[in-house]
Order: sequence, then C-alpha cells, then structure tokens
Amino acid sequence: MTMVLAVARAVKGPSIYDRVLAANMFGTKTALLLAVVSFLFGRMDFLDLALAYALINLVGVLAVLEFVEGRIESGKGKLDD
Amino acid sequence: MIEVAIEWLGNALLIVGAASVLIGGIGVIRMPDLYSRMHASSLTDTMATLALFSGLMLHSGFTLATIKLMAIMAFLLLTGPTATYALANAAFRSGIEQPRSLNTDDQEKSAP
Amino acid sequence: MTIVFALFLLTLLVVTALAIVRTKNLFIATMLLSIFSLLMAVNFFILDAADVALTEAAVGAGVTTVIFLSALRLTSQYERGSLASSRWIAVIVVVTTTVLLISGTINTPNLGDPNAPVHQHVAPFYLENTEALMGFPNVVTAVLSSFRGYDTLGEVFVVFIAAVGVMFILDARQGTGPEYELRVEKGLKHHLIPRAVGGLLIPFMLLFGLYVQFHGEYGPGGGFQAGAIVATAFILHAILEGERTALKAFSRNAQMALIIGGSTLYGAVGVVCMLKGGTFLDYSVLMEDPVTARQVGIIIIELGVGMAVCGALLSIFHSFAARKPVAQAK
Repeated sequence: MTMVLAVARAVKGPSIYDRVLAANMFGTKTALLLAVVSFLFGRMDFLDLALAYALINLVGVLAVLEFVEGRIESGKGKLDD
Repeated sequence: MIEVAIEWLGNALLIVGAASVLIGGIGVIRMPDLYSRMHASSLTDTMATLALFSGLMLHSGFTLATIKLMAIMAFLLLTGPTATYALANAAFRSGIEQPRSLNTDDQEKSAP
Repeated sequence: MTIVFALFLLTLLVVTALAIVRTKNLFIATMLLSIFSLLMAVNFFILDAADVALTEAAVGAGVTTVIFLSALRLTSQYERGSLASSRWIAVIVVVTTTVLLISGTINTPNLGDPNAPVHQHVAPFYLENTEALMGFPNVVTAVLSSFRGYDTLGEVFVVFIAAVGVMFILDARQGTGPEYELRVEKGLKHHLIPRAVGGLLIPFMLLFGLYVQFHGEYGPGGGFQAGAIVATAFILHAILEGERTALKAFSRNAQMALIIGGSTLYGAVGVVCMLKGGTFLDYSVLMEDPVTARQVGIIIIELGVGMAVCGALLSIFHSFAARKPVAQAK
C-alpha cells in the first residue's frame, strides 16, 4: 500500500510551463491532481477539502471565459503574450 | 480471500490512475498544439478520476468516506469537461490558436 | 517521504512566485496566482492545518481569481514598467529585509518542535481543555471562536471595513451605456454546457457551504470557509446568468444586510452574554449547562462570521462587475 502511495505521489508531479492559455489549463489540472493527493494522505476528515476544491475550481475557469468574452464583445481583441 | 482480491484490485486501480496522470502530464508538455494539450489533460480528468477514486473506494470499504469519495468523483467528472469546454471556447473565439486540422490544404495533400 | 513531497512543493512555490513576478502580462499573473494559492493550500495541508488549507483553497482558487479578473477587465492588461532608479532602491530594501529576517529567525526552534517555548504554556492548555470545556474535538474552531473570540470579532469587523472600503472606492452605482447593458444581459447565457453543469453544481455548493458551516466543530470548517463557499456559489450564478438576474436573486441591499447582520449578530451575542451576567463574549452564561452554552454561542457567532464573509465577498464582486470598463479601444 505504501508502495502504491509512493508511486502515486511520485508521478503526480505537476508540470509547469507558462504559456498564455497553457498556464490557465495547468491551473485546472493542478486542481484535480492536488484534490486527489489531498486525500491519499488517509485522513478521512480532509476529504472535505477535496470536495470544496472540486466544486470551486470550475468558477475560476468560467470567469476566464467571461473575461475573454467581454473582450471579444467590446472589440479589444486577442489576449497577446 | 475476497478481501485480498479487493485490495489487490484497489492497488491496481491506483497504479492505473497514477500512470494516467503521468501520461496526461507528459502529453501536456509534449503536445504541439494548444488543443491537443487540452485533449491530453482531459485524459487526466476522466481516466485518472475514475481509476483513482475507484481504487480509493475499494480500499476504504463501505464507510462515510466512500460516499464522500463518490461525491467528489461525481463533481470532478462533471466539472472537468466543462472546464475544458470553457477553455477551448475562450481560446478559439479569442483567436489565439487555431486548430491545426482547419488547414484544408494539408488535408487535400494527404488524401489518397 | 513527506519531506520529499514538502520540498517539492516548496520548490514549485518558489518557481511560481518567480514566474509571477517576472511576467508583465497581468492575465498570466492572475492564473499563476491561483496556482500559487493552491500550492499554499497543499502546503498548509501537509502541515496538518486543515482549516487554513480549506480557507485558502476556497478563497484563493475561486473568489480572488474572479475578483482579479474583474479588476483586469477595468484596467489594462500589461504592467507598466518601473523606473530604473526605483528598481535599485527596491532591490536594496528587499535584500536588507531578507538578511534581517534570516538573522532574526536563525536561532528560533524548529517548526513543530515540541520543546519550543511557544508550545509549552498556552498550546497544551488549549489541547487538553477543548474537549472538557467545549465538548467537541476541533481545537482550531474552539480557539478561534471561544478562547480567542475577541480576535475573531475584530476579523469580522475588518472584513466589514474591507467591503465598505471597496464599495466606497468603486462607487457602487449601476453602470450605464449600451456596452454595459449588453454585457449585463448576456452573461454566459448562450453557453449551454456551463449553464447546465452550473445549474447542477450551485445547489450542491450551497448545501456544502451549509455543511461546512455547521460541521466546523468536528472537522475542518467554520464560518470563514462556509462564507467563501456560499459566496462562490452565488458568484458562479452571477457569471452564468448575467448581472441582472443575479442581482434580482440577491440584491445589493440584501448583500449589505448580510454583512451588517453578520457583524451585528456577533456583537449581539457578546452583549447578550453581558446582559446575562457574564463578561463580553463569555458564552458559558447563555444556558444552564456551560458546555452546551458554549456550543450554542459558538454556533451563533460562526453563523455571524459566515454571513459577514459571504456578504462581503459578494458585494466586492458586484462592485467590480458593475463598473463600466474605462478604456474602450487600445
């Protein structure tokens, strides 16, 4: 079991790179990864944390969508690098 | 006997989940285009969620923790593809990246 | 094992922080900031601070990202470069502060060392007496709401002041003009998938917020986290349905009533305790059995805290969202 935990933790290194929208996407995926890691610790109380993050993570991405839409509507155009 | 089988299956599922996270992460780095990267990361969203959470549920038996795990899995499965949709929509409509396959010249050249 | 993971996380934190500082594009900085706060939440989690981790995740991932994006909408997207001379002054100040901090803390005991003087007097008292005096196991909530109730009262008032300050600066009038109307009406209405999923999620988020609010005595939770989660649910609704519908559902007056009501509720509990013969915020006089009385008092003030935080976050969000963007063409 510990071996599985070790393997699981070792492979879950999030990958970092900062391009424009890739940074955004990385945030989403990091959220997923960390929610999983947070309860592989075995403390059952802390599942609430993972649940909270699973729910909240969507809001940030949707806010990005609205932001971009607002820029398209008002004609400002692309988000450049 | 059945407990050993369940635990072994749980471990196997955890390893599958971890492997798919790793594959998704490698895909996110190595893929050439934004949209293929999103596709790679969505592998993490669905496959890893299913595998990891099923493995954990098998490990934890039938307790309150299992119900919570099921709830988290349901929410992650719901919100992950939605986030991918929102990102793809934002990227496409803001005109930053165009999907590669829209270039019809390439398709005509490669058609037999 | 845990040390390896913690070191890995700290390295990621440093890398992210460097990336945030180095980038000139504020949109990228906002995204990196949400990653940063997520990494901090995991860090807190490794240090076994579940309440703080929950608060950091709830506030940092959802609310602050949304508020930063709303602020970005009102301003330009790039950071203006700073003068060369001020940069040298900044470097000197930072290096001096770093040297002072390191030399000051180099002799303090290790983190979590049980023999440290910090852990000798107050902490064992809290750890031993929480179960006896309060009747529930979560020491953090006990310290926050009862042993250190004054501090939490001050925090609620600080949240109140922050919300009022933002409302003063942003001048919460409705925007006018055709662009505003268009943006307000649409929201994300024509995107079917987020609307459908959001419609499923919002009731769960509200329910989960209530669960965290009232379960705060037995697990991680409490007023601040619950307020943030409920506010995130309403912000999601506002993003999906547009400003107008969101304001019909939860008007500005209702938000202000929540803030004021929450802070007043906290203070009122204190005054009621005084009226019943104890000192300010001494819950044990509320009922006959002091343990139950303390639990009742804690539940009520956590409710006050949750209301105040929720109202404050929502009113800050709506203050940002109500302003028309200043520069139309760049």
